[in-house]
Amino acid sequence: MLEVQPGPAITDVPVNRQHTASGAFATDRDRHRCWIVVGALVALGLALAFGLLAWGNPLPFGSPGFWRIAQMRATSLIVIAIVVTCQAVATIAFQSATNNRIITPSIMGFEALYIATQTAAVFFLGVTGVVVLKGVPQFALQLLIMVLFAMLLYGWLLSGKYGNLQVMLLVGIVLGGGLGSVSGFMQRLLTPSEFDVLTARLFGSISKAEVEYLPLALPLCIAAAGLLWVRSRRLNVVAMGRDVTTNLGLNHRREIMIVLFLVSVLMAVSTALIGPMTFLGFLVATLAYQFAGTHDHRFIFPVAVLTGFVTLTGAYFVLKNIFYAQGAVSIIIEAIGGATFLVVLLRKGKL
Amino acid sequence: MKAQITARKTDPMPALTTLTRDRGSLFDWKLLLGFIGVSVLLVLSLFTGVFDISGGEAGWEMFNITRVPRTIALVLAGAAMAMSGLVMQLLTQNRFVEPTTTGTTEWAGLGLMTMMIVAPGAELMPRMIGAIGTAFVGTMIFFLFLRRVTLTSSLIVPIVGIMLGAVVGAVTTYLALATNSLQSMGIWFAGSFTTAIRGQYEALWIVAIVAVIVFVTADRFTVAGLGKDVATNVGLDYNRVVLLGTGLIAVATGVVTVVVGNLPFLGLIVPNVVSMVRGDDLRSNLPWVCLLGVAIVTVCDLVGRTIIAPFEIPVSLILGVVGSIVFISILLRSRRYA
Repeated sequence: MLEVQPGPAITDVPVNRQHTASGAFATDRDRHRCWIVVGALVALGLALAFGLLAWGNPLPFGSPGFWRIAQMRATSLIVIAIVVTCQAVATIAFQSATNNRIITPSIMGFEALYIATQTAAVFFLGVTGVVVLKGVPQFALQLLIMVLFAMLLYGWLLSGKYGNLQVMLLVGIVLGGGLGSVSGFMQRLLTPSEFDVLTARLFGSISKAEVEYLPLALPLCIAAAGLLWVRSRRLNVVAMGRDVTTNLGLNHRREIMIVLFLVSVLMAVSTALIGPMTFLGFLVATLAYQFAGTHDHRFIFPVAVLTGFVTLTGAYFVLKNIFYAQGAVSIIIEAIGGATFLVVLLRKGKL
Repeated sequence: MKAQITARKTDPMPALTTLTRDRGSLFDWKLLLGFIGVSVLLVLSLFTGVFDISGGEAGWEMFNITRVPRTIALVLAGAAMAMSGLVMQLLTQNRFVEPTTTGTTEWAGLGLMTMMIVAPGAELMPRMIGAIGTAFVGTMIFFLFLRRVTLTSSLIVPIVGIMLGAVVGAVTTYLALATNSLQSMGIWFAGSFTTAIRGQYEALWIVAIVAVIVFVTADRFTVAGLGKDVATNVGLDYNRVVLLGTGLIAVATGVVTVVVGNLPFLGLIVPNVVSMVRGDDLRSNLPWVCLLGVAIVTVCDLVGRTIIAPFEIPVSLILGVVGSIVFISILLRSRRYA
């Protein structure tokens, strides 16, 4: 079921074809199914969002007090929406650009860089380092460092005569590993109390996000994700690989660089906002391809964002209101994402 | 040089010179020179440290308790990890594979962590068995995956392997987080020879057995490196060799992870550098792989011991930085011939 053709679904041999025009869907049934899925996801997402706002709210619905409490909770809802949009769109775009369905951009050194800067701050400035790193300018700086790092890396490795996508991926991962050992070393020299403070920063947590970052994070996220969505048709072509892309008259390297730039912005926003989430994007992308029944990015992006929103709010809702363990949300998501990765990996026929 | 590398690209592994090789050529003056070089490093390692060992009885005692075990541990761990990398590269027919790029190390870590949670007071032995067991299972999963998929590029293998390692590593981290042992886990996994003292390092001798077995069965791995069809054709039980190889890798990785910690990229850079210089004959390369592995670990350890003396930097940090630089340069070199 997961062995899918690369790139957009072409009307190959549909079983019950009713019209011959080529489009995003193989059959009309697929089209209907996609719309039903979108409808269901929207309904579920709205219900969960409302549930998060209203569940356990001590004041009667509609009263001013109710809205005040709901407003406070709405912040975490917005954070969820931003993170999910970033991760989902970035992962799908990254997978298409690299022509590899089992990869996530988070292993490309973003997390390692985030961990390294955070660790370095605590290492050089002590516990105050964490405080120093808080604030909108610092947040912007963190974003800038991450995007710059990514662009330097991609630009260097993809340019020139021997530009090679696979080598770029591997170099990114290995660089991440190298950075990881640098942070590992610094972490070893911390006192246990400093280490404790640092640990709190290094694990993905929705409640950790600062409200004052949102005015910067939200527009960036919308802009980057929106631009990627606008470029959907180009991505559809790029997803078919370098030769096809060139053949169809697109500058493959240029397209990839643009996609990678937008991906790095999205990843930087997500990571700097709540910390590393390695497998959320992977989980969401895999589910979205299952749900959507098409490989047209115009449909895949929204489906993925909705899926991600439902997944994350669902996990948050269940763990917060039923198990009273909201700190474990990212852990659960990561565990499920990791398990999905293993299953997908073993079922793959070709890579 | 260039011809060698292109040959390496088209024919992933061994050279056919094995058939015509003069057995006597194994030990030539170059190997002797390498041997002397490594010996000098080891002697340096014996005499590097804070404690003044020239001070009579106490000095001699200290020398025996710390310096000798540490140097032996360097030799054993360096050789074992370098050879594990080599065997793994042969079995997968892929240059970019070694215990850290296939998740084997992370699996061993998971086993170690599980044993520490299930039986907190466990001795070294049960911990080691846990690490070896999970390392074996994890490596088999990876090999299983490799056999099932058709690969479009040899670089996919390490990418998938590192992703797999990240999944397993995440599980271990969360286990550690849940049991409040994150910082001690970091210390466990950061490869360091600080703890290699009398009474604690002896388990490493197990990997010496692994090394001997690899030397004895070297030709089988060479043939297995030609692929399943060729190997079966010349009368080799391919699956048994894969099983044997995986077992050896798991034992070496498990033991080294528990006793020393993570030694990243060692198994990757050593065989690659050796075959860049010498070509691809496993048996005559093996001594060189061992020597170079020992030399790199020893140099990194010496640097770690002296750079911020009287404190130490874990060898895995230096190895991680040096290893990733060498790995990246190998990658960048390889893309010219890709």
